[in-house]
Amino acid sequence: MIKNLGKYMFMLYHIFFKPEKFSVYWRRFLDEVIQLGVKSLFIVSLMSAFMGAVLVIQTATAIESAWIPDYTVGFTIKQSMLLEFCPTIISLILAGKVGSNIASELGTMRVTEQIDALEVMGVNSIGYLVGPKILAALFIFPIVIMYSMFFGFFGGGLVCYSTEIIPVEQYILGIRSFSEDNFVFIRYALTKTIVFAFIITSISSFYGYYLKGGALEVGKASTNAVVYSSIFILFANYILTQLMLI
Amino acid sequence: MIRFNNISKSFSGIEILKDISFVFEKGKTNLIIGKSGSGKSVLTKCIVGLLEPDIGDVYYDDIKFSNLKSKDKKSVRKQIGMLFQGSALFDSLTVEENVAFPLRMFTKMSEEEVIERVNFCLNRVNILNKNSLYPSEISGGMQKRVAIARAISMKPKYLFCDEPNSGLDPVTAIVIDELIQELTKEYQMTTIVITHDMNSVLEIGENILFIDGGVKKWEGNKEEILDVKVKELYDFVYVSKFLQKINN
Repeated sequence: MIKNLGKYMFMLYHIFFKPEKFSVYWRRFLDEVIQLGVKSLFIVSLMSAFMGAVLVIQTATAIESAWIPDYTVGFTIKQSMLLEFCPTIISLILAGKVGSNIASELGTMRVTEQIDALEVMGVNSIGYLVGPKILAALFIFPIVIMYSMFFGFFGGGLVCYSTEIIPVEQYILGIRSFSEDNFVFIRYALTKTIVFAFIITSISSFYGYYLKGGALEVGKASTNAVVYSSIFILFANYILTQLMLI
Repeated sequence: MIRFNNISKSFSGIEILKDISFVFEKGKTNLIIGKSGSGKSVLTKCIVGLLEPDIGDVYYDDIKFSNLKSKDKKSVRKQIGMLFQGSALFDSLTVEENVAFPLRMFTKMSEEEVIERVNFCLNRVNILNKNSLYPSEISGGMQKRVAIARAISMKPKYLFCDEPNSGLDPVTAIVIDELIQELTKEYQMTTIVITHDMNSVLEIGENILFIDGGVKKWEGNKEEILDVKVKELYDFVYVSKFLQKINN
């Protein structure tokens, strides 16, 4: 445990070494933005739209009462999506998609001696392979999460429009209501996302980069990356919520 | 020239290398031979600095590599080209990008100069019109040649080849061996080939180190190896009963 923590800190320390050539690292950063962020947009938009749709149906049926105005559904969806569903659930999904991808990519590079090849050339392999991944995730994940928020609201609106479970105007009114708190909520959501982005990429990189063995271990590293990223996301979620919302 | 003195290395209390010293000569193909598990790869990793030896020193020409700081080690490593057993080409890069990688990373060459150098290196190893293919789209023999092209792209002073013939048919293996020997003479490099292929030993072995069980058992050249009296090496060279019969 302590040995692993030491190796993890060692890895993080080496990320901040001066790049051998900035232009090469910049290209790596852009590639990773596409790989980690842009290529996740389809699954994120699909998940978010369905989450928003299901939430509208569940909330509308749960609070069906003459005493509760219809716009409460929209307000509830906004709170749920902004505070929890988009930053946390989508990050857990990204931990599965991106985390396993990073661990298996780096693990395979380790097994096939590609990392050794970088080291022999005199390249800081941690800085070259891990650094751009972490920076790209810190940059692109908040954008992905804002995109997810939009699709979540859109999915909910689509259900209102197609089923008339509540009027669309009331749904939009609910989303726009009590907007003075929106900035705080979005700041909270994006702060969480940045922390989760760091957790996902650094933990997954750790399991891939320090892999020992062969193809079987690549699979294990991939599983460990997802499991531990998810555990640390949930833990960080609790801590951040207590720090920022209470 | 690469020289190492009294190299020892253990893993979890098991001694893999025991007090090995040797000199790899410039302009020659130097071979490290031995059975699988004899410590050849560990010794090579100690020499290039991928592993730290427990005891012993490594010298690149007159530079004591083992004592260098990380930054200085990197500058020595820029003069090293290495061909790995599995080629170790970067999967996500094309043939051209693989060969161009060290040039783009470490030199200030213009893009035209980089491409010119890449094409020269690829032509030198006889890879034509494959620039835009990915490593998975070319054969094992071609991958080795591309890896050699990448290794020589920076005009290295030292070339390490870890089992360059593994997984290749005998004809392609000889082509790779000859290529390594030609490049060694052409660039006057200190070349170190790790192998257990006797064809390679007899083809290119100008300066040979034989290790067995992590211990240096013999040194010499390809002419001397056939008359060897060391039992472990004799068993290694004349492994087939047919060869033993011919020798007797």
